[in-house]
Amino acid sequence: MSYDRAITVFSPDGHLFQVEYAQEAVKKGSTVVGVRGKTIVVVGVEKKSVAKLQDDRTVRKICILDDNVFMAFAGLTADARIVINRARVGCQSHRLTVEDPVTVEYITRFISNLKQRYTQSNGRRPFGISSLITGFDFDGTPHLYHTDPSGTYHAWKANAIGRSAKTVREFLEKNYKDEHVASDEGAIRLAIKALLEVVQSGRKNIELAVMKQNEPMRILDPEEVDQHVLALEMEKEEAEKRKKI
Amino acid sequence: MALLDVSGFKSHSGLGVFGTDASERWNRIDHFTFGSKCQEFALPVGSDPVGFLKSCSGENGVSIDLNHGTTTLAFKFRHGVIVAVDSRASAGRYIASKDVNKVIEINPYLLGTMSGSAADCQYWERLLAKECRLYKLRNKERISVSAASKLLCNMMLGYRGMGLSVGSMICGWDKKGPGLYYVDDNGTRLSGRMFSTGCGNGYAYGVVDSGYREDMTVEEAYELGLRGITHATHRDAYSGGVVNMYHMQEEGWIKVCQEDVSDLIHRYKKGMF
Repeated sequence: MSYDRAITVFSPDGHLFQVEYAQEAVKKGSTVVGVRGKTIVVVGVEKKSVAKLQDDRTVRKICILDDNVFMAFAGLTADARIVINRARVGCQSHRLTVEDPVTVEYITRFISNLKQRYTQSNGRRPFGISSLITGFDFDGTPHLYHTDPSGTYHAWKANAIGRSAKTVREFLEKNYKDEHVASDEGAIRLAIKALLEVVQSGRKNIELAVMKQNEPMRILDPEEVDQHVLALEMEKEEAEKRKKI
Repeated sequence: MALLDVSGFKSHSGLGVFGTDASERWNRIDHFTFGSKCQEFALPVGSDPVGFLKSCSGENGVSIDLNHGTTTLAFKFRHGVIVAVDSRASAGRYIASKDVNKVIEINPYLLGTMSGSAADCQYWERLLAKECRLYKLRNKERISVSAASKLLCNMMLGYRGMGLSVGSMICGWDKKGPGLYYVDDNGTRLSGRMFSTGCGNGYAYGVVDSGYREDMTVEEAYELGLRGITHATHRDAYSGGVVNMYHMQEEGWIKVCQEDVSDLIHRYKKGMF
């Protein structure tokens, strides 16, 4: 008997195949990298090339959930729209009942519960997205969380999802140092460097969003991104020159 | 079913406007997040308590008049919040009990007072205590005073007009400092520096208003709280018994004292008797 059909059926060795196939769908999405600094959180996405006549401003992988939280996803865009919508309502609902903005952990848990519900009812399939949810709590601590289609979530210092996520994550493991990300510049540079591992350089392919405490999320201008990329390239050249000498 | 959910169709299972199946409640996504979004009590189909009570509001001769037979007071000052309540329960003109505890200790940082119908207050505030505990377990931090009072207020709003009688003050100390909210059965929710509820509240307001200073010492504040309740019990027939007084501090509340009003009134009105 084939065990991939119904979502609510376990296979004999304990797998939920539909959930695992959803994770495969995530791996097809374009790369997203997130870095949690000391006073800043940075998310960078790989911008897929768009058709000539398409308006590329309508393709947004980074979405605000509330003044202090935003998220980026990898996977099926349409599924993400639904999740983001519910999350936004969840944030306002929390503000209404508790009279405080959500904590990043709360809204992550909310999204994860939503995703888990869809892995355990008949007639539905799981959401085919993984997301990086990041922002600041009321008391100023930054957080970065990762959720996947099964509904689990974990906190990370830096993570990547989507295509070539493994490569990017290995790069981050080698290069993430608390001192590097203590400054805003350091965190932004780390995110760009990590993304450049798998994406061709240039403003056309990278979109970066940053958030500092008590400030709304800001998407960096293409010029700013270019500046950082140029600076990184110069660093790289100098490092190579020093090696040669 | 998925399609029913997405289209927003709500099947009326014959449990009335507010009633929902208990099993449905568990399925809702917000069950694990916050608050009781579903009504506690299902109403039978066809009953209309709001309309019935409106017809008893006095113009037609029959009148159901719900008294809040009690005096409670609370005020914020420099060193926290003082909460003082009396302890008489009355059933009409009969004194049902002289030592009712009208303060519910929700957790070491939250207190709720009760006035109005004893049954209503006890039930809904214990339900509030349950929700506060669940909040702490789910979110790993204590609920804020404003959220706790909002929960109670939403419970009251669900049954607005149906004859609940609750006049409560929620006091606590959270991340924002000392908190004091007044919540009642109409769904009123007010934040303030000083409240007094119950039918003896007028007397208590008079005493506390004239003696209040923001920079009182702790001892002075205790005296003021005692005086407020004592004078109210002296004049109001429906208040009496003992004064139960609590002090909400940063590290939590402490129970200050439990003094009989008959002793206190003699102390305050030397020469009058």
